[in-house]
Amino acid sequence: MSATLARPTHALAALSLQCAACGRPHEAAPAHVCPACLGPLEPWYNPDRTLPDRNEIAARPRSLWRYREWLPFIGRPVRCLNAGWTPLVEAPRLAQALGVSRCLVKHDAGSFPSLSFKDRVVASALNAAYAFDLQVVGCASTGNLANAVAAAAAREGLDAWIFIPHDLEPAKVAASAIFGPRLVRVRGTYDDVNRLCAQVADRFGWGIVNVNLRAYYGEGSKTAAFEIAEQLGWRLPDAVVAPMAGGSLVTKLSKGFGEFLDAGLVHGVTPRLFGAQADGCAPIVRLVERGDDTLIPVKPATIAKSLAIGNPADGRSAASVIRSSGGWAASVSDVEVVEGIRLLAETTGIFGETAAGVTVAAARALVKSGKLSADDEVVLCITGNGLKTTDAVVDSLHIAEPIAPRLSEVASLIQQHQT
Amino acid sequence: MPTINLPSVLTPLANGHHTLDTQGNTVGEAIEEISQRFPALSPRLRDENGAPYPFVTIYLNDEDIRFFGGFDAPVQPTDELSVVPAVAGG
Repeated sequence: MSATLARPTHALAALSLQCAACGRPHEAAPAHVCPACLGPLEPWYNPDRTLPDRNEIAARPRSLWRYREWLPFIGRPVRCLNAGWTPLVEAPRLAQALGVSRCLVKHDAGSFPSLSFKDRVVASALNAAYAFDLQVVGCASTGNLANAVAAAAAREGLDAWIFIPHDLEPAKVAASAIFGPRLVRVRGTYDDVNRLCAQVADRFGWGIVNVNLRAYYGEGSKTAAFEIAEQLGWRLPDAVVAPMAGGSLVTKLSKGFGEFLDAGLVHGVTPRLFGAQADGCAPIVRLVERGDDTLIPVKPATIAKSLAIGNPADGRSAASVIRSSGGWAASVSDVEVVEGIRLLAETTGIFGETAAGVTVAAARALVKSGKLSADDEVVLCITGNGLKTTDAVVDSLHIAEPIAPRLSEVASLIQQHQT
Repeated sequence: MPTINLPSVLTPLANGHHTLDTQGNTVGEAIEEISQRFPALSPRLRDENGAPYPFVTIYLNDEDIRFFGGFDAPVQPTDELSVVPAVAGG
């Protein structure tokens, strides 16, 4: 099979596709479903393509495009050129609190431009939209993806149709609306919105990034794995803990680590992968625990709204890569989510959103259960920014009454603090 | 009579129809009825054991049929079924 060009006249072209279920080839297209078996389509990479070595990659600009040979395009990207390359932050106080030998935070809460890891997938999807000459883009979103698509579309001058559940956090709604998209609030859960967008993409032919551009979109998540490996000095950690909503991130982390191993850029084995969900929406965790192959959908009920996907499309894949890596999965209560957000903030100076609280709290639970050991070097994927979900934590914080602007009042506060 | 909505990828197998009228007292019977009329649709809607595929979701009005017994979910004459290939989250 050859890697066909979608738009030969463009400087950038999208790779052709292949069905992940039946293996049939499919031309490069804004399509996500195999016509033969309805299985998911994924990009096909020529195994004989020329790959860069460590030095070539290290000399490139610090964005996710330094790994462009592992992203689903031929030619150079034209959109979202500054996405990616977030810090990998040493977190010794968090390591001590969790009880592991070393802990690092992959800080996508500081991602450019919209403060979540969704900037990675949107960078890939909007370049696919360029390759296919799509002037309207959109998404079904629990909030972070909405922010990322709206921001990128505004920058690129594209029309954006953003579909979100009606009850999202106000900050996430504002952080989409500010960019001027068509923001459609749907009465229902994320799963209702997702189903609607599948039908919208089918009927209107727009580039819905996580529906008909999904094959290209999802590949952007691999860059978090590439960056972790490079930022660790071209090696892999013992374990990675990541939040799970649709299950795509864990699946793509596995793929990314595997691709760097295959390329000889790192050595060893894929890190043990650990997935984190909230108790109120944990269909993938339950699947990992049961060990079977049937995902049972749930009705979400959690403050971790960015993870509230009751029917995760990549849930079976996520459970499979978690188990095959030797990892595990854990869910945590909403109270523990808040504790996790605060623990992360108080030990690292990083304010993560509710999904971050899920990840930190799940890591703590995994240490307690012995799934993570005291010898482990652990990377936590912090995927979104706490400024978007302040409502979740504000009631748990002690915010003192105001004082008069007098030195004596400060002295009084110091005395109270010392006692 | 209940109706069933098909995604574009399946309409060539149903003479170009996006929406079909169907019959049956359960989702499984409705799927069986259109499979009889359009045999090429059958293997796209259910596996060789007659069970739903994990990567194809069927909705009864606005609800995933897995919350109502899957293919055993009862169907009323005014109900609308939708076949939606699974899509990623976000």
